[in-house]
Amino acid sequence: MSLETQGRAWQEYSKGLWRENPIFAMVLGMCPTLAVTNSAINALAMGLATTFVLVGSSTLISLLRNHIPKQVRISTFIVVIATFVTVADYTLEAIAYDIHKELGAFIALIVVNCIILGRQEAFASKNTVFYSIMDALGMGSGFTFALLLLGSSREILGSGSLFGIDLFGPHYEPWVIMILPPGGFIMLGLILLGFNALGEWRQRLRDETRTGEAA
Amino acid sequence: MSVELEGSKQAEPSAFRLVGTLGLAGLVSGFAIVGIYVATLPKITANKKAALQHAIFEVVPGAAHTQALRLSDEGRMVPDPEEEAPAVYAAYDESGAFAGYAIPAKGPGFQDTIALIFGYRPAEHAITGLRVLESRETPGLGDKIVKDQAFVEQWGKLRFDPSAAPPVLELVKGKASNPHQVEAITGATISSRSVTKIVNKALAERTPQLPEPGSEPPLAGGGGEQR
Amino acid sequence: MSGELLYIFISALLVNNFVLSYFLGLCPFFGVSGKIDTAVRLGAATTFVMVVASLCASFLHAFVLPYAPYLQLISYILVIASTVQFVEMFIKKISPALFRALGIFLPLITTNCAILGLVLFQTSRQYSALEGVVYAVGAGGGFTLALVLMAGIREEAELSDLPKVVRGTAMSLLIAGMISLAFMGFAGLFSGGE
Repeated sequence: MSLETQGRAWQEYSKGLWRENPIFAMVLGMCPTLAVTNSAINALAMGLATTFVLVGSSTLISLLRNHIPKQVRISTFIVVIATFVTVADYTLEAIAYDIHKELGAFIALIVVNCIILGRQEAFASKNTVFYSIMDALGMGSGFTFALLLLGSSREILGSGSLFGIDLFGPHYEPWVIMILPPGGFIMLGLILLGFNALGEWRQRLRDETRTGEAA
Repeated sequence: MSVELEGSKQAEPSAFRLVGTLGLAGLVSGFAIVGIYVATLPKITANKKAALQHAIFEVVPGAAHTQALRLSDEGRMVPDPEEEAPAVYAAYDESGAFAGYAIPAKGPGFQDTIALIFGYRPAEHAITGLRVLESRETPGLGDKIVKDQAFVEQWGKLRFDPSAAPPVLELVKGKASNPHQVEAITGATISSRSVTKIVNKALAERTPQLPEPGSEPPLAGGGGEQR
Repeated sequence: MSGELLYIFISALLVNNFVLSYFLGLCPFFGVSGKIDTAVRLGAATTFVMVVASLCASFLHAFVLPYAPYLQLISYILVIASTVQFVEMFIKKISPALFRALGIFLPLITTNCAILGLVLFQTSRQYSALEGVVYAVGAGGGFTLALVLMAGIREEAELSDLPKVVRGTAMSLLIAGMISLAFMGFAGLFSGGE
């Protein structure tokens, strides 16, 4: 593998983590993001299932990209995605029955997660298999990271625990609202606020250095 | 941009090719889905069964075998060996003697529908246990119907008077003084009341359908499900 | 019986609102709802698709899925996609004016997870066809209600002086959190009184 390929592969992977993070930067796939993040373990399971579907569909679509007529591409994408979701659904039900029960219909709802169809349309159908996998892995990791961040902060505040392990002892009065629906909206709102503020701050820093150089 | 150019360069693909591509995608996905279905089905069925069995054994003390019963056309409970429409489960102890019924029921809770299963022994008019299977009650308050030990345990020792007018179980705030009284959880009165209501309703509906005490359906051959 | 139906309806409309409690259909909720007028139209179109999809799903559940349970997800997706297409053609034929008004929103409905969520919940709760329709009307009404509330608040917020960081999705999320908080007050509507 040449240095150049490696560099590009890393670039395709890393953009999903932060710069083009599906949740923080692009605000896609909000429904599962909010619905299952009342505990860290659910968030992790959801993130992994989505990554699996994303990588699987991207690989297949990228392999077939020259054989799918443009007119039926969306239908084909959806059939492929639905297949991988069904596979993920049954597999999770077989190996982790309790988590599957907790996530309920939201595993099946990965089908309509805009991130997945979006990546097929924007990336996998135009790029080689290797880069498509890198892109899918990056987006999947970014999604999982965002879910985990949201899930852990909600679980820590709302139940005083992380991955089911008690953190603060019996005297902690949990901030119950955080694991209820409104808490999901408010927490993600605050995180996005932080993300915006950070971007703003970096932008200003960059502008200042630039004006400094010009002067 | 390059995609646009490619599109215009290519001739319009024939209808045959369009249908062919979709057909092929459908075929491949069909195989994949049926494959994973066949591969995981035994494990999933076993998981579901184990979860249900676990719940039944918990609400009927001493149970070791179970048998599904369905509602016959005459309105009586009869064995349902194929488990097509199980309405009630009969539980049996190690020796195969009848131990009690496990009755699933659901109804409106504080937030969303509550699904539960409870054990019932008709001869003594006794509730032998209760377990909430599904609920979205408020964490920290309503979800005590699942987590509060005292509340869950009191369902193991309830008795009621069969001649009393329904509802046979009564929810009380504070200490219960009669065996047919259920103690509400402080701060979760509504969820406690919902649970009591669901059980009362299921009792009123199911008791007339159950076989007379003493004539319970015997455990089907093979001993049914082992613990 | 009618009590049961009322429970299903109110539960989907208010207590367990699809948008504010189940987090379904958030994309149009955040993306589209800038004007009350469009919010009402989109809500109506979605409700209509929900009712049709719910009927189709009941049919599939009764006659096809017992033989091939593994096709559930794929068949539901196809049903929703073709319902949307069909509704689009139908409205175009019957009322071109309405078609122009709904125009761009119709294809968007296909990727609205509220509809897939609706048919999946309906199946897992084993609703009958009638209960399914009532559930669909309640859920669609709840979706419309949430959309309209959000649009109303955002119309006002557009005009007010807010710091740049807060504008956009972050603000919408915080507003949604507060609406959702208010909707929590509907809990216990059916179990509160004796």
